Amino acid sequence: MAKHIQVKDLDIYYDEFLAVQGVSMTIEPRSVTALIGPSGCGKSTFLRSLNRMHELVPKAKVEGQVAINGRDIYGNNVDPVDIRSEIGMVFQRPNPFPTMSIYENVAAGIRLTGARMKRSEIDDLVERSLRSANLWNEVKDRLHKPGGGISGGQQQRLCIARAIAVDPAVLLMDEPCSALDPISTQAIEDLINDLKPDYTIVIVTHNMQQAARVSDTTGFFNLADVGQPGRLIEMDTTAKIFSAPREQATEDYITGRFG
Amino acid sequence: MPLSETPSAVARPRPRAGDRVFAGLSTGAGLLILVVLAGVAAFLLVEAWPALTAPPEEVPGGRGVALYVWPLLFGTALSAVFALLIAAPLAVTIALFVTYYAPRALAQGLGYLIDLLAAVPSIIYGLWGFTVLAPATVGPSGWLADNLGFVPLFAGPVSATGRTMLVAILVLAVMILPIITAVVREAFRQVPRLHEEAAHALGATRWEMLRMAVLPFGRSAVIGASMLGLGRALGETMAVTIVLSVSGGVTVNLISSGNPSTIAADIALQFPESTGLAVNTLIASGLVLFAVTFAVNMAARTVINRRSEFSGAN
Ligand SMILES: Nc1ncnc2c1ncn2[C@@H]1O[C@H](COP(=O)(O)OP(=O)(O)OP(=O)(O)O)[C@@H](O)[C@H]1O
Ligand SMILES: [Mg+2]
Repeated sequence: MAKHIQVKDLDIYYDEFLAVQGVSMTIEPRSVTALIGPSGCGKSTFLRSLNRMHELVPKAKVEGQVAINGRDIYGNNVDPVDIRSEIGMVFQRPNPFPTMSIYENVAAGIRLTGARMKRSEIDDLVERSLRSANLWNEVKDRLHKPGGGISGGQQQRLCIARAIAVDPAVLLMDEPCSALDPISTQAIEDLINDLKPDYTIVIVTHNMQQAARVSDTTGFFNLADVGQPGRLIEMDTTAKIFSAPREQATEDYITGRFG
Repeated sequence: MPLSETPSAVARPRPRAGDRVFAGLSTGAGLLILVVLAGVAAFLLVEAWPALTAPPEEVPGGRGVALYVWPLLFGTALSAVFALLIAAPLAVTIALFVTYYAPRALAQGLGYLIDLLAAVPSIIYGLWGFTVLAPATVGPSGWLADNLGFVPLFAGPVSATGRTMLVAILVLAVMILPIITAVVREAFRQVPRLHEEAAHALGATRWEMLRMAVLPFGRSAVIGASMLGLGRALGETMAVTIVLSVSGGVTVNLISSGNPSTIAADIALQFPESTGLAVNTLIASGLVLFAVTFAVNMAARTVINRRSEFSGAN
């Protein structure tokens, strides 16, 4: 079930270094939100603070509020493991488990939940997830071959299948297409469109056209200078951001007149 | 020596000369290993031959080579396998702790310590086993015999000196622990962050992450390291010679004084006083040890290759 995300005054640190400062935003359910901005402005850092992956970095910390359907994920009694299991994440480089088969990769999340499922139920779920990820036809005859033995684009779709197999409320994607060819990129963009009615999707991308094609809302991050924290400069509907942004910096960035 | 094999030829701009030299050198090195191996095998066969073909009553013990070697082989396998059963799980646990649980400073210290322990000569472990561990096991062995005596391993009667198979096994386990730990730890350090993150992002706890991403990735290293340890335990000579009080029986009773010796320890003990056919007999037992270590390595290789597709090496 898709969920609503409310971020308030978020500061994100690596040890003493303030990497992202003062971000507030609202992310609507059943929509695609794109995050754009120059390299190093903290898009990945911000994204990883939405499912508490950020704190896996030693000494990293987060201040402020992230509420998912009203519940503060940084609240006192919240287990980060629970949060991560409710939020799917797809990384820049495809990272299927090389020691597992394609099938086991997709089933990995279900096995973690400890849910007692019959073999046939898991089979169904694996098939459904692979179909949603537009990968079923390509791998149905080699489900028990290694997850690392398919092409990069297929691996990335496998990672998406793995992420959606547990039916997460939110799907976070960090430059999911940056290692892929145009055809695989197309496949993933189509997939994002297909998934939109059921999920809340946040995608980081360096590709303006991609942001324009897939997203409903776009947030532009920027940093004043090297060593300064990144900030959310502007956030609006994608149509607005790409046609009439309020900020000069946004316009410079999307028209390529940046830096 | 042809010109193209001299080092100066490498530096010259002639295309591919360096490649050819290197290919030649590495092929040569590879062949050298094969030649040495074949030479060792041939030596063992030739020297063992008189004992293998001699009438049984002339062989030491008077019952032929096979019956001479059998208790030793049994003792060798018993001590090495049990040592491995103790050391391997412990080594994996330590490696996991050092890599994933210990605070940074502690992990580094422990890492050095492990590497250091791997370099301690076996005679030191032997002396420690003899003077410290053996006496210390007498009491606990008594308890084992009283309470777990129905298990054949602890049947007793308890050895009064403590120089038992149990102590030999413990000493061997301690000896091979550092090398296994060091290899496994190195493998765990190679696990790509991406795979760890994939597991975390799915909502894995740390232990689940280790089971999903780290242990499978390190699997072949664990097997390889175990075989390294097993090989060392099979061939260990001094520590066993010092620790074990030998009677030549074939028994799995670990805490009595009726212990089988091991091939390597037996050779070390008997060789200085042997002449003629007795020497050939000892070499025959050495041949058996050689064959066993060889078989162990082949087996390990087969196990690793069987799932090499899934090794994550691509
Ligand atoms: N593990 C880390 N430790 C310390 N600083 C880090 C770490 N990861 C990122 N940073 C710093 O945090 C800031 C934001 O980095 P981040 O990776 O979030 O940028 P990004 O917008 O995703 O860039 P890119 O578009 O290149 O991926 C940068 O200054 C970066 O150097
Ligand atoms: Mg990034």
